[in-house]
Amino acid sequence: MKVTEKDVAYVAELANLDLTADERARMLRDLNSILEYVDRLNELDTSNVEPMAQVSDRSGVDVSHQASERFAYAARDDVKFGLRPSLPHHEAVANAPDTDGTFFEVPKVIER
Amino acid sequence: MAENRTKWFTIDGIRTAIAEGGTTALAIVEQHYERIRRDDVEIGAFLTLSEDRAMAQVERVHKLAMEGKPLPPLAGVPIAIKDVMVTRGVRTTAASKILDNFIPPYDCTAVARLEAAGAVILGKLNCDEFAMGSSTENSAYRPVRNPRDKSRVPGGSSGGSAAAVAAGLAVATLGSDTGGSIRQPASFCGVVGLKPTYGRVSRYGLIAFASSLDHIGPFANTVKDAALILQTIAGRDPMDSTSADVPVPDYIAELEKPLSEGAGSCGAGIPAREGTPASHESSRVPIRVGVAKEYFGSGLDPEVRAAVESAIQKLAELGCEIVPVSLPHTEYAIPAYYIIATAEASANLARYDGVRYGFRAPAARTLSEMYRQTRDGGFGMEVKRRIMLGTYALSAGYYDAYYLKAQKVRTLLTRDFDEAFRKVDVIAAPTAPTAAFKLGEKVDDPLAMYLADIYTVTANLAGIPGISVPCGETREGLPVGLQIFGRHFDEATVLRVAHAYEGARN
Repeated sequence: MKVTEKDVAYVAELANLDLTADERARMLRDLNSILEYVDRLNELDTSNVEPMAQVSDRSGVDVSHQASERFAYAARDDVKFGLRPSLPHHEAVANAPDTDGTFFEVPKVIER
Repeated sequence: MAENRTKWFTIDGIRTAIAEGGTTALAIVEQHYERIRRDDVEIGAFLTLSEDRAMAQVERVHKLAMEGKPLPPLAGVPIAIKDVMVTRGVRTTAASKILDNFIPPYDCTAVARLEAAGAVILGKLNCDEFAMGSSTENSAYRPVRNPRDKSRVPGGSSGGSAAAVAAGLAVATLGSDTGGSIRQPASFCGVVGLKPTYGRVSRYGLIAFASSLDHIGPFANTVKDAALILQTIAGRDPMDSTSADVPVPDYIAELEKPLSEGAGSCGAGIPAREGTPASHESSRVPIRVGVAKEYFGSGLDPEVRAAVESAIQKLAELGCEIVPVSLPHTEYAIPAYYIIATAEASANLARYDGVRYGFRAPAARTLSEMYRQTRDGGFGMEVKRRIMLGTYALSAGYYDAYYLKAQKVRTLLTRDFDEAFRKVDVIAAPTAPTAAFKLGEKVDDPLAMYLADIYTVTANLAGIPGISVPCGETREGLPVGLQIFGRHFDEATVLRVAHAYEGARN
């Protein structure tokens, strides 16, 4: 068992989840079973392999340019065009569970 | 009925019929809504109908037709959208309770481009919650039934998108594909499904699951219809910085080229295969189709294998050269994928906190309690499982062992394809290891469900295009899909091979 009950509780806290006792038990079982399968990645020697975070840095770009220069086409000229119009205020808050029309409202952050 | 389908229920058929006065956009759309009301109670493909928006578009198309003006390429074509793409004014849920009441204030670029081309958006389609699943049983609303056998799943996560086309409830649909979610359901439901190259189609307005793996693509009855949809939605979009600045070819013109003429349009940044002249017209080498033994291993159902092998034989008869290739890291794709996808998901789904939109748990007394209760009550089990796995893989002490390791294996998998595409133009493989499985068969075993994506996740990790095209049936009459991969940005060759195969099979 790689993942313990303590790990499940810790990770749930990081992820802002409470989870019921039943869910915690299932997580313990499922995470261990999945990670056991994932362990086969260790059969591969990757000591000299670069990690790949994105596809877009290796295809569809001008490879004669370096680093961020490759993505010059994606840059936006703030000075020339200014800011893009943003959503009207009332539309931005229209889906909020709780709003006073100006701000999003939430329960108390600090207990007094 | 069958003749009607070929006449009207292809994109060109509908557009021509409207232009010639044989029917109207209104008649076509009403016919589809009638079918949805009649048949979808059982199938469950739709979550929301957008009738007001559809009727406004019908009016626009009708006006053009009445004035005798040229009709745009998708005029009057009834299309439906997987409910992970936002639609202004039309409820968008990602099949999750946490977005049950969400009315987006803007349109997904792909949807806006379809409408600008004359398409009529019928409504929003059921899927696995946040596109996480391979059977559509993870929808928070209801499972979708496979129209070909209603005791079976339609595949997933875009199960509603595949089922809607298969049942004739829409002429084409959009789905999203993060690990196979377009191609696998297309295979299960017997329709065409295309995942384009990463960056080919803007992701603006696609509710994010795993940003480096997410793609939007079409489902259709024919390869040509899929090509027409891709033509409309492809191309650079300033609203998505990862959408590529690569010219979009004329896919329909490319479709009709014979397979005895090799691939002309190579992907940008990827070297052409060895021994091929660089210029388009001088290439007289036939299309070379790679076949990798790693896609025909022990987990492959014998009937699926037989159907796919006979499809590859058909490609040889059409003039393709069949070339064995090796993709040696294929068996590591699922473990690498489920670390990378869940890690990205855990970050992307942090935004659902009950503050700005969606569900909020009512009884919480403090902010932190509100976050946890909202997420506990709003997310389903599979979504929580993936958030937990991804958070674990990114947490202190495990980042290098899991996330970084998986990213390095992603490099190896991508190099496998780079190597293979030096020798061949496309690679043919099964789309899924089995035909559609029974509802409930895998719901309690997440790992078994993940293995349904074993032949599809590789294309997401490498970002290459892949299509699933029907290639026969099992003895029980369940559809089987042939998958064709291509080079980055070479959808043209993928579509051409799929189109030729489809023509030869019918």
